[in-house]
Amino acid sequence: MKMTKTLLVGAALSALPTFALAQDAAPTMDEIGPYILTTLLFLVAGFLVFFMAAGFAMLEAGLVRSKNVAMQLTKNIALFGIASIAYWAIGFNLMYPGDAWSIAGWLGPFFSFTSLEPVGLAAADATLDYASVASDFFFQLMFVAATASIVSGALAERIKLWPFLAFVAILTGVLYPISGSWQWGGGWLSEAGFYDFAGSTVVHSVGGWAALAGALILGPRIGKYNKDGRTVPMPGSNLALATLGTFILWLGWFGFNGGSQLAAGTVGDITDIGRIFANTNMAAAAGAVTALIVTQIMYKKPDLTMVLNGALAGLVSITASPLEPTLFGALWIGAVGGIIVVLTVPLLDKFKIDDVVGAIPVHLFAGIWGTIAVVFYTPETSIVTQLTGVAAYGIFTFVAALVIWLIFKATMGIRVSEESEINGLDMSELGMEAYPEFSKG
Amino acid sequence: MKLIIATIKPFKLEEVREALTAIGVRGMMVSEVKGFGAQSGHTEIYRGAEYEVNFVPKVKLEIVVGDTMAEQVVNTIATTAKTDKIGDGKIFTLDVEAAMRVRTGELNDDAI
Repeated sequence: MKMTKTLLVGAALSALPTFALAQDAAPTMDEIGPYILTTLLFLVAGFLVFFMAAGFAMLEAGLVRSKNVAMQLTKNIALFGIASIAYWAIGFNLMYPGDAWSIAGWLGPFFSFTSLEPVGLAAADATLDYASVASDFFFQLMFVAATASIVSGALAERIKLWPFLAFVAILTGVLYPISGSWQWGGGWLSEAGFYDFAGSTVVHSVGGWAALAGALILGPRIGKYNKDGRTVPMPGSNLALATLGTFILWLGWFGFNGGSQLAAGTVGDITDIGRIFANTNMAAAAGAVTALIVTQIMYKKPDLTMVLNGALAGLVSITASPLEPTLFGALWIGAVGGIIVVLTVPLLDKFKIDDVVGAIPVHLFAGIWGTIAVVFYTPETSIVTQLTGVAAYGIFTFVAALVIWLIFKATMGIRVSEESEINGLDMSELGMEAYPEFSKG
Repeated sequence: MKLIIATIKPFKLEEVREALTAIGVRGMMVSEVKGFGAQSGHTEIYRGAEYEVNFVPKVKLEIVVGDTMAEQVVNTIATTAKTDKIGDGKIFTLDVEAAMRVRTGELNDDAI
């Protein structure tokens, strides 16, 4: 009885005009639908990109030697935590200043903490033409964590833990957001017409440049390059994990590229997202198959680790323009990515740049290629503007990273001792092993 | 007593074990080793860099038997493990000075 009375009263009240809202009645699905769907897109795509952290962790763990596996895993989980905190504290608002630029188009506000909408947001207070701040923050956070993971792979097996994490804090809190603001935050590069849909340059090449700078300053692993100029292979400990990691990254990439549509509330948008998923998959497939064929031809036997890298390079290559190309377009763009990786992995060795997992070929070189490939299918883009973007991100990230690594090297030292490196970082930095049952002791 | 040390190709282990237990051998030790002899290694490529695989995986058997049985054990291993291709392995026979069973304290021929 009491319930019915409440319902009746409630029904009566809801029929009255409510002056609190801007609209005269409760908002219609037309009004709030796009907001809900776009927010949902960010959340779901965000989960997928989050899982890429597991992908990176497994890939890297599988490609390093047993004595360094636990350290690699520690770096991966720690960097994710640090990225999350740094992006909240500084990064997010630095990257998306809105009206709060410090230097318009170039530098956002520092030390502007992220705050979310209050609990129980009313439709009248929401940005109905976009998505919730929380979902936007959550989604973008996953991208910055991916950038940091790229660096951890290249510098594996000889870097000290804490200097690496300190670098991650600066990369995720400052460097990535500043350069990111130039394009996605509405800064000068986006004004100039640069196009990078999901971040071949903004995310992948940034990670790649930082990794390259680190690899140069850190130096190669002991024993990697012989006095007579030969490269000594150091095979990974677990190719099953490496493959698992690659598949997880491939899965996560659907969120990475698909979520970057930044809208899901119309027929056009949701159809575009399906197109993006299909193209993303095609590029990965083409990259993998190309690497398979090229390594078979070059080395008489295919190399699984190159096939894995090839798939990832295909994904990075399509990331700048996953929407516009046809499926055939995605195929050849991804295939070129696969070729780039197979050719540049040994090239780095020739220059004595020791990149343990092939992060620089996959993310930097394929990232540059992906950025250039935009001009083939996306209207109103030009090779000049694309290269301007590549150069801008390259100069800024590489120089900044170089300076930071040099300062760290001079102050705290970034490389473990020779004895630690030979015994393995797991014992020297962590005092534990990834596979204790299989140890000699 | 004699100690017989034999290296054989890993896939032959089960066959050799069965043949030896059939002739009355009641114990052996098996370890996984790598080595080279006439069957030298080969070159492989990992991510574009060549490396020499100098050692080949083998299985090492160590068997202690009485003097009378030793020759039969050697021949059994040789016939069972042979594949007529290089890398079939080698068999060595050494003298054993003493033996003891840990559980009972039995010595020499009573121990094997």
